[in-house]
Amino acid sequence: METTATAHHDAHAHPTGWRRYMFSTNHKDIGTLYIVFALCAGLIGATFSILMRMELQHPGLQIFPFLAQVLDGATKDTAIDAAKNLYNVVITAHGLIMIFFVVMPALIGGFGNWFVPIMIGAPDMAFPRMNNISFWLLVASFALLVISMFVDGAPGMKGFGGGWVMYPPFSSLIGTPGPSEDFVILSVHLAGASSILGAINFITTIFNMRAPGMTLHKMPLYPWAMLVTAFMLLLALPVLAGAITMLLCDRNFGTAFFDPNHGGDPLLYQHLFWFFGHPEVYIMIIPAFGIISQIISTFSKKPIFGYLGMVYAMVAIGAVGFVVWAHHMFTVGLSLDTQRYFVFATMVIAVPTGVKVFSWIATMWGGSISFKTPMLFATGFIVLFTIGGVTGVVLANAGVDRSLHETYYVIAHFHYVMGVAAVFGIFAAFYYWFPKMSGYLLNDKLGKIQFWLMFVGVNVTFFPQHFLGLAGMPRRYIDYPNAYAMWNDVSSIGSYISAVGVFVFLYAVYDAFAKKRVAGDNPWGEGATTLEWSLSSPPPFHTYETLPRIVGADH
Amino acid sequence: MARGATGSTMKSMTSPFASVRTLRAFGATLISGFALLFAAAAPALAAAGHPSPGEIGFQTPVTPIAHQIDSFYYDLLTPVIFGITLLVIVLLIYAIFRFNEKANPIPSRLTHHTGLELAWTIVPVMILVIISIPSFRLLTHQLTLPKPDITVKVTGHQWYWTYTYPKDQGGGFTFDSYLKSPDEMKPGDIRQLAVDNAAVVPVGKTVIVQVASTDVIHSFTVPSFGIRIDAIPGRLNQTWFKAEREGMYYGQCSKLCGQNHAYMPIAFRVVSQKEYTAWLAGAKKKFASASAPTPVHLAENTSVATH
Repeated sequence: METTATAHHDAHAHPTGWRRYMFSTNHKDIGTLYIVFALCAGLIGATFSILMRMELQHPGLQIFPFLAQVLDGATKDTAIDAAKNLYNVVITAHGLIMIFFVVMPALIGGFGNWFVPIMIGAPDMAFPRMNNISFWLLVASFALLVISMFVDGAPGMKGFGGGWVMYPPFSSLIGTPGPSEDFVILSVHLAGASSILGAINFITTIFNMRAPGMTLHKMPLYPWAMLVTAFMLLLALPVLAGAITMLLCDRNFGTAFFDPNHGGDPLLYQHLFWFFGHPEVYIMIIPAFGIISQIISTFSKKPIFGYLGMVYAMVAIGAVGFVVWAHHMFTVGLSLDTQRYFVFATMVIAVPTGVKVFSWIATMWGGSISFKTPMLFATGFIVLFTIGGVTGVVLANAGVDRSLHETYYVIAHFHYVMGVAAVFGIFAAFYYWFPKMSGYLLNDKLGKIQFWLMFVGVNVTFFPQHFLGLAGMPRRYIDYPNAYAMWNDVSSIGSYISAVGVFVFLYAVYDAFAKKRVAGDNPWGEGATTLEWSLSSPPPFHTYETLPRIVGADH
Repeated sequence: MARGATGSTMKSMTSPFASVRTLRAFGATLISGFALLFAAAAPALAAAGHPSPGEIGFQTPVTPIAHQIDSFYYDLLTPVIFGITLLVIVLLIYAIFRFNEKANPIPSRLTHHTGLELAWTIVPVMILVIISIPSFRLLTHQLTLPKPDITVKVTGHQWYWTYTYPKDQGGGFTFDSYLKSPDEMKPGDIRQLAVDNAAVVPVGKTVIVQVASTDVIHSFTVPSFGIRIDAIPGRLNQTWFKAEREGMYYGQCSKLCGQNHAYMPIAFRVVSQKEYTAWLAGAKKKFASASAPTPVHLAENTSVATH
């Protein structure tokens, strides 16, 4: 602290108290803000999923008529209709929260801000003030989304219940005349602006601020994953912003981009949305790829297997991810040739994905693996990602997707491959880097209990949803024919098991701060070779007073 | 569950040359095993036209398309995806036991193996090519509309469906189809699926369904027929089916359309040609009042003043 002040004059003084965070231009503090924000939003998003599973545990309406009376002020007479609407509002918010306010802030803003500069040997991000506004835009965005749930939406109803995809005409004035959808649009605008600024920051930092000797081909896989992700964000999010701006204009300024009565087309929105939406799923999972690669290499005490293959597999997934979007639209009435192309392009993605999975296993092969909590989550990630990946190959076939589209099979697929897989990536990263970020050790036993609760929980939750989907149960349903009762019951029980895991996690974090077990610079031993483990825990406020020099050959 | 078979071994699973039949049997056994593991209750027998309790697979297919989907999924995709998943899990388990720090204190430094990397690039490509052949055949079959015997127009609304039978096929009427409320239910009606007016089509005839919407996007789905097509305002989508068996076949709206999205089922009653003719005659009378919009013959209009 004192040496820092003398070395850097007053302009770089270390602010304290709320100013340190509110006005922060420090990548580590902003990273911490992102992680805390994602944790809070994650608890809300997870609460919503538990509410959904409580509702679906048995046929008929369970808890939403009651919730509608509490939250929407519905009377006993209107409670049933309000409940049906509220369920749709909750699934919409669950999707948006988990994507924009949990997975992205945690994996990109949180761990990305913390560790990309450190791992490439940079003292901070390229644009520290822009970094600050990236974060605070997200808080405003979240506030708008919360407000949207309590203002008028569908006729006589509160909140927007059209799903996170916001397809018109349901999201235009025909389906949602109230202003709730305007709030959602503005919320997503801000989240998108936040992400674009963040992406510019990451690209500039990674291209210009690597330490001497750190060539791109020597860069660890997590910064590589963030580089690919940042490019995808930069190319995909403006398209989303355009689409929802057109929707906003349709709703408020008399345009008709998506209104067929005046020459517009609802399918135009779907094409634009999925041009963003498909890359978005890779935006959520590629940072996790990077994290899992670091962790598996560290705990196997081996360098990553097939480094170049791993790098260019991510680049390939990122590139091909932009030309497969219409596989989300196989049932809208696309022509035969269009569907053929999107089947083919989508299946191509399985190849680089397979390269990654097998390279992770090959990294473990011959290693001397220590199964600490981060490694358990990383191994769990491979299993979940593989299960979700193979059902992706099924769904890529438009012919079979005809039977599975918009059913619970899809829910099971994407939760395995990028929902809980990304969450396992977050927990793996948290357990891996928490000692570095805080200076304290987490209790490994508690971590393992959490891992097993969540691993069992998510599988019991989502595996039976394959059965429901095959049997034809549509998604986004508050009630279902009694035949689907059994697997819904099992699925709900699974979600409660995962919820217990979340409480164990919270206790583990409390325990770490309460017990203050000092971590030391490198708690993971010889396998932890990236730059962050050469620093103190927590690292100094200004990371590198003199830049590290990287020696050794390229991969 | 009827697909469950015995006699398959682990070896057959990991070998890429094992016969498809063995793989299929093994995959099915695994599914069954998993199901039993979860709950020994509920016989998971597939039914035609509606889901049955505890079901873990497709509803019984009753059209050529649905049969083709069924066999593509169970005979090819299921063995492939179970095989890949099992391979990954077995490799992981082996690594966990063989290469943990107690069993293997000195890590190897192996980080490259060109042959291996080529193999796990090329083998998946070959698997995908094998999958794509029946996949494209199925897709072409689905999207190539055959010559219809009957055309039915279906229109989605918030939150019911309207069926229109064209006049030149002995129809000329339109009716709405709503979910039955609990007090309208009769014994044998299925909750959430039973409707007041089901659409009726004859068995063994090619039916083209034209699907449209008047408000928001809905999606028209009948699992046993293997069809799903979105109802989009401003568009007329088409699909087709040829039901092989008489019976009641249900589906449910499959695109989020508002508060009663879960309450607008689809119901088709497939009957013999004779019953169909009788139904047409009755329906014409029954729905005459409900569906008497004056026909507009646009081609004959010489004046466009009203537009």
